[in-house]
Parts: sequence; structure tokens; C-alpha cells
Amino acid sequence: MDTAEKLIQMVIAIALFCGVMGLIMLLVGRVRRGADLAQALAFVVPAVLLLAVGLIYPALRTAYQSFFDRTTDSFVGLTNYRALFERDDLLIVLRNTLFWILVAPVTATVIGLVYAVLVDRSRFEAFAKALIFMPMAISLVGASVIWRFVYEYRPDQQNIEQIGLLNQILVWLGFEPQQFMLNAPMNTFLLIAILIWVQAGFAMTVLSAAIKGIPQDIVEAGRLDGLYGVKMFRYVTVPSIRPALIVVLTTISIATLKVFDIVRTMTGGQFDTSIVANEFYTQSLVRGNYGLGAALAMVLFVMVVPIVIYNVRQMRKADIR
Amino acid sequence: MSAVKPTPEAREGWDADAAASPASRARKRLSSRGSSIAAIVIAVLWTLPTFGLLLSSFRPEDDIKGTGWWNWFTDPELTLDSYDEVLFGSQTELSTYVVNSVVITVPAVIIPVTLALMAAYAFAWMKFPFRDTLFVAIFALQIVPIQIALVPLLRIFVDTGVNGTFWPLWIAHSTFALPLAIYLLHNFMRDVPAELVEAARMDGAGHVKIFGTIMLPLIMPAIAAFSVFQFLWVWNDLLVALTFAGSTSDVAPLTARIAELVGTRGTEWHLLSAGAFVSMIIPVLVFVTLQRFFVRGLLSGSIKG
Repeated sequence: MDTAEKLIQMVIAIALFCGVMGLIMLLVGRVRRGADLAQALAFVVPAVLLLAVGLIYPALRTAYQSFFDRTTDSFVGLTNYRALFERDDLLIVLRNTLFWILVAPVTATVIGLVYAVLVDRSRFEAFAKALIFMPMAISLVGASVIWRFVYEYRPDQQNIEQIGLLNQILVWLGFEPQQFMLNAPMNTFLLIAILIWVQAGFAMTVLSAAIKGIPQDIVEAGRLDGLYGVKMFRYVTVPSIRPALIVVLTTISIATLKVFDIVRTMTGGQFDTSIVANEFYTQSLVRGNYGLGAALAMVLFVMVVPIVIYNVRQMRKADIR
Repeated sequence: MSAVKPTPEAREGWDADAAASPASRARKRLSSRGSSIAAIVIAVLWTLPTFGLLLSSFRPEDDIKGTGWWNWFTDPELTLDSYDEVLFGSQTELSTYVVNSVVITVPAVIIPVTLALMAAYAFAWMKFPFRDTLFVAIFALQIVPIQIALVPLLRIFVDTGVNGTFWPLWIAHSTFALPLAIYLLHNFMRDVPAELVEAARMDGAGHVKIFGTIMLPLIMPAIAAFSVFQFLWVWNDLLVALTFAGSTSDVAPLTARIAELVGTRGTEWHLLSAGAFVSMIIPVLVFVTLQRFFVRGLLSGSIKG
């Protein structure tokens, strides 16, 4: 396909979609009062249909397939789930996922919070925030390329210079350069750093808005009690924005569990860096082990559910809008 | 969220308080210097990696592969060769993938936003049986990680023979966007004053007219917010792209191609650095120009993983 063909396809698809929707609207517009149900159906059915075929049916199908073998031909009961807790390579996957969920959300939130407080009402606030926020706009693939360059290793020989910043800093300080991506478990934490780098901007934005929403009289009362700097932060700022903090923490936790791009791009899950979201992809779409892949997807689902429910309840309480 | 802005008087008041006691003034100055340094350290840590890769993408190939980007300051030489090669060179042909990304993204924003607007209107302003149950069910679908739907969905596309075209990408992205889109747009539509809708109804306007002439114009900012969000999501996505497009030049987007280059040409730093920036430039431009809407979207809870 050349460029023109692709663009024409796109225009046709959009025209087709708009045509169908326009026709539905036109027909519904003709219907006079009384046919309420028909009108409502016309508004709701397209979305519901898409969700039923594209999301609900496939999700149920995956749940079903997780009890079958790699080709999904014969029923194997809980074998796939048991493998997750018995096979050494899959235990490492679970362990790494635990590292991610324990480290990334808290660190990103703390950095975002500290930074939001530090630049709050400073002269360069907008610019300072934009610097931290920018990683949110780029893809995790792009972020991975950026950080691959930071972690890049060159053998420690004469005439060979380091081109990765982190190894060059080690060399400047008199240490030997490290193969950062190869050495477990350090490599997992260096991958987590990339996600923190991306998510801190989100934390900062939401928390900054929350900080600006702290009622002025509370801040002044704190000042009158002699609270400045760290004490102000500890006793006034943090308690006042507690609901927003929880929303940020849980939201980043959900994103952390689902993130796949970083591990996929940086190591492909090799060198003991795989996590559930990446292992799902490897098993289902690279190795063709559909049963195990489905079980991994279910595990992801089960891990996400409690956090999402908690997140939604807190979001309602915090009413962040 | 209403931001409480301090009045100038209030601000002066604090400074005057601080000035009253020399000890507290010194402590404040110390903490403000410390906090400035901390802020600058974080800002530098967050910018330096991107800056290093950006500078590298303009260095000559041999320089990138031989020395670190910080050597540029002693040996300043800039070239656009890497961009030329990565966009049009036969090895990478990223320009093809830029087109693919555009062709994937535009319908994958228009379709879900339109469908979600219609459904959100029905949930907010129409009466039909099981309305609330259905709405809660759609809201609850947000908990489903997209991983759980990918493989059976792929099978459907293969069975129907559309695999290998753009349709799987458009349909998958549209479907996965719907739960959040319907929920958010419903919230905004609910906030439109009922008097407006009632008045229009008195004048004999039907639902289609109210939807088109009252609802859509009033919630334009929300539509923009979600559209920016969906745009960035689709443009930056890798998982859906790899599942339904692989990395063929016919339909695969930039992200899939760059990820593949990292795997197959991981040491070709001139291609990787320029390629990464080609993939970033459009989302960053969209983000910078529409940041207002994006932030509003974030604050109303549109985060998706």
C-alpha cells in the first residue's frame, strides 16, 4: 500500500462511519415523541454492541481458555495457574511484578509531591512543571530509547569511550562501567526508574492542583503556629491533600501493573526482567502458549480489580474534577 | 477544582510575619535555598536524558557511536543526516510509519468519541429500561485490562479476514476507549443545567436536536480533553499495535517500528535517536498546544493504562 491508498482508506472509513451515524441520527430525528425506546436504543446500541463483541466476549473467552492447554484443545484444570507458582522462571516474573508495584507508585508520587511543593508559587512554576510533565506526552517506547542511551554499556578497554551517561559518570568517579541491563535484580530497578520518570509528571500535576485547593485559612493558621518548610509540609500540606494522594498512588499502581512497553523494548523480558504484563505478551503472542497466556491475563485482572475499586471509591470521596 | 489564589495582601502578610523574628527568617531562607537546589536537581534529572538523546540525534553517525553526547561541547558539529536516513533511508523508512500512525490515530479518536457522546447522552438525558444497570456495567468495564481481550479479539479478526488491514486497530482502540469515554462524557453532560434541556424540549426539539445544538457545543472542552487524551494514547500505544499489526510496513505504527529497530539495530544509535524523536514530535506538539485540555482531562480522572 502506498501513502495515497492508506489516506484514502482512512477517509473512506471515516466517511463510512459518519454516514452510518448520520443516517441513524436522521432516522431518530424523524421519529416523533412516543417512540422513546427506539430513540434511546439508537443512541446506546452502537457503543454497547462494540463493547460486547470487542471486550466482554473476548474477556470471557480468555477466562475460559486459561483452563486449557497451550493450543486450547484440551482441558487442564488449574495447571496453568499452578505453573505460575511452581515454575522458577514464572516465580521470577511474579517477584519482579511485586518489585514494580512496591517501588514505582510510591517513588513517583513522592517525587511528584515534593516537586509540586517546591515549585509552588515560584517565579518559574509553569516552566518548571512543563519540564517534569513532558515525559507524559512521549511514548514509553520513546522513553525506553532515551533511557537505553543512559544505560548503554561499552567494554572497559582503552580507546573505547562510554556513550551512556550513567556509565560515564561511574568512570569519572573511578569505578568500572556496568552492564546495567544484564545484571539481575538491579536491571529491574533501572527499568522501574523509567516508569517513575514518566509517571512523576502525572503525580505532580494532580497533587499541585490539590495543593492549590488547600483553604487559605488552614495555611495561615499553620503559619501563626510557627509552621514553616518541612513542618508545614508534614502537618498541613500532606494531611490536607490525603485523598488526592491516594488517588494518585492507586492510579499509578494500576498503570504499573499493566505496563508492558518498557520491559518489552528494553530487554524483551530477558535477563530475569519479565513482569506479568510482558510475560502475557511473550507467552500468548510470541510463544503461542495460549493457555498460560490467558492465565497470566487473568492474574493481571485479579491484581488490578481491588486497586481499581479502591481508586474509584477514593476518587468519589476526593471529587477531583 | 477551584484553585484558591492567595491575595497579594495575604502574601505580604506572611513575609512581614517572617521578618518579625530573625531566627525564623534565617530558617526560612535556608529552607528556601535548600528547596531551590532540590527542585533544580529534580528538573535536571528529568531533562538530561531527553536532552542527551536529542543532541545525539543531530551529531554525525561516527560521533554518536564513538563518544558520549557531552563531548559535543568540545567538538560541536551538527547534521541532519540521521533524520534524513531514518525517514527516507531504505533500512528504516520511518516516513511510511508516520503515515501509518496518522491513518491509525485519526479514526481511532473520531469513532470512540462519537459513539461515546451518543451513549453518554442517552445515559444522562434519556429514559429507558435498565438504564442505570447498563451504565454501571459499562463503568465497571474500566477494570478490565485490555490484555484480557487481545487474543480472542485477534482470532475474531483473523476469522473475519480483516487482519492485516487498519480495521482491527481502529476497532480495538475504539472499543477499549469506550468505557472511560462514556463515563467521563456522561459526567460532563449531567452537569448541563436541566432548565436548558427542558426549555428546548418545550420548543419542540427532539433528542437529536438537543444533542446536536445544546449538548455538543456546551461540553466542547470535555470533548477536546478526551480527544487529546485518546490521541496520545493511540499514538503512543505499543501493545495493541504489536498484537494487531505486527511490524509490517503496511499498517504498523511508529512505536511498533521503533521497538523493532531497538531489537534488530540496537547499536545503530544514529537511527534510534533520530527515530525516537520523529515518533515524539507530533505528540509533543499536540501536547504543548492543547496542554490546557490535557491537564483538565487528567484532573477529571482520565488515566488509562
